[in-house]
Amino acid sequence: MSDEQDEITVINAPVYLKYNFTAGKAPARYLTQLKKGVLTGQRCPKCSAVYVPPRGSCASCGVATEEEVELSDKATVESFTIVSIPIPGNPIEPPFVVANLVLDGSNISLIHLLSECVNEDVHIGQRVQGVWNPESEWDYSMNNIRYFKPIDEPDVPVEKIGTLPVTGLEG
Amino acid sequence: MSQPETLNQAFELGYTYTRSTGPVIGRFLTALKNRKIVGIKASDSRVIVPPMEYDPDTAEELSEFVDVGEQGEIVSFAWVKEPRESHPMQVPFAWAMIKLDGADVPMVHCVAAAAESDIATGARVRAVWADETIGFITDIRCFELV
Repeated sequence: MSDEQDEITVINAPVYLKYNFTAGKAPARYLTQLKKGVLTGQRCPKCSAVYVPPRGSCASCGVATEEEVELSDKATVESFTIVSIPIPGNPIEPPFVVANLVLDGSNISLIHLLSECVNEDVHIGQRVQGVWNPESEWDYSMNNIRYFKPIDEPDVPVEKIGTLPVTGLEG
Repeated sequence: MSQPETLNQAFELGYTYTRSTGPVIGRFLTALKNRKIVGIKASDSRVIVPPMEYDPDTAEELSEFVDVGEQGEIVSFAWVKEPRESHPMQVPFAWAMIKLDGADVPMVHCVAAAAESDIATGARVRAVWADETIGFITDIRCFELV
């Protein structure tokens, strides 16, 4: 037998899932608009909730959503986390902020990065706006928006988050 | 609203797990690294390869390791006409239950052969070792017909 240090005690047992993702009708429409630099949601005909990214149906009413709504790239911080531990395969250097953001004109949040901010000052209700990549780099991707950054607008009271019109707080 | 184009993209999701082998499989893999194959003796004296930690009948802890041969006999097999990317060989091959000399139960491994007709139940095979052994089942690259 070999000596102690040559003893095998662990094995690498990676699992790789390789798949093709085909965007459905609603996400395909969303991504096509996103490539043109436009954020769009879909409104539920029953409860009026605006979903972004749209999935083609309302999760709470169970009905198809067809009405398309153009949204703002301004948003409100609904919740956030400061990531301090590096994530394998993620090129972003910690610490960085990941937030649930509710775009003006929509009622549910999407996840994106917050930057150009003082991490410790990020707070719920904070107003932010998307910082877009140059138009020549736009693709069918949410990465067209590099990150959101704080803007000089008054905080949205917690109970009002997710209720703002496309025109935002002032409108 | 116009009909959107179909958007399709390939994704890969990877879980880079490492797993503890436990002492018995660890010993089996350590032996493979040293280009040897070990089994373990069960309560009824059968030699089981790969070794298992507990007796299949009495559930007693097993500890009597036994060296077995690197040659054996095909007990049964399945010919793979179109190997997949994750298969150990990218040319047609056989998965086989191989009863190694000195073992009483067969072990699964792959057998290299030019054609399905070259393989038969009862055929003798020999382990082909990898150029570099690391303590993994692929240290036996495949079995070949003797």
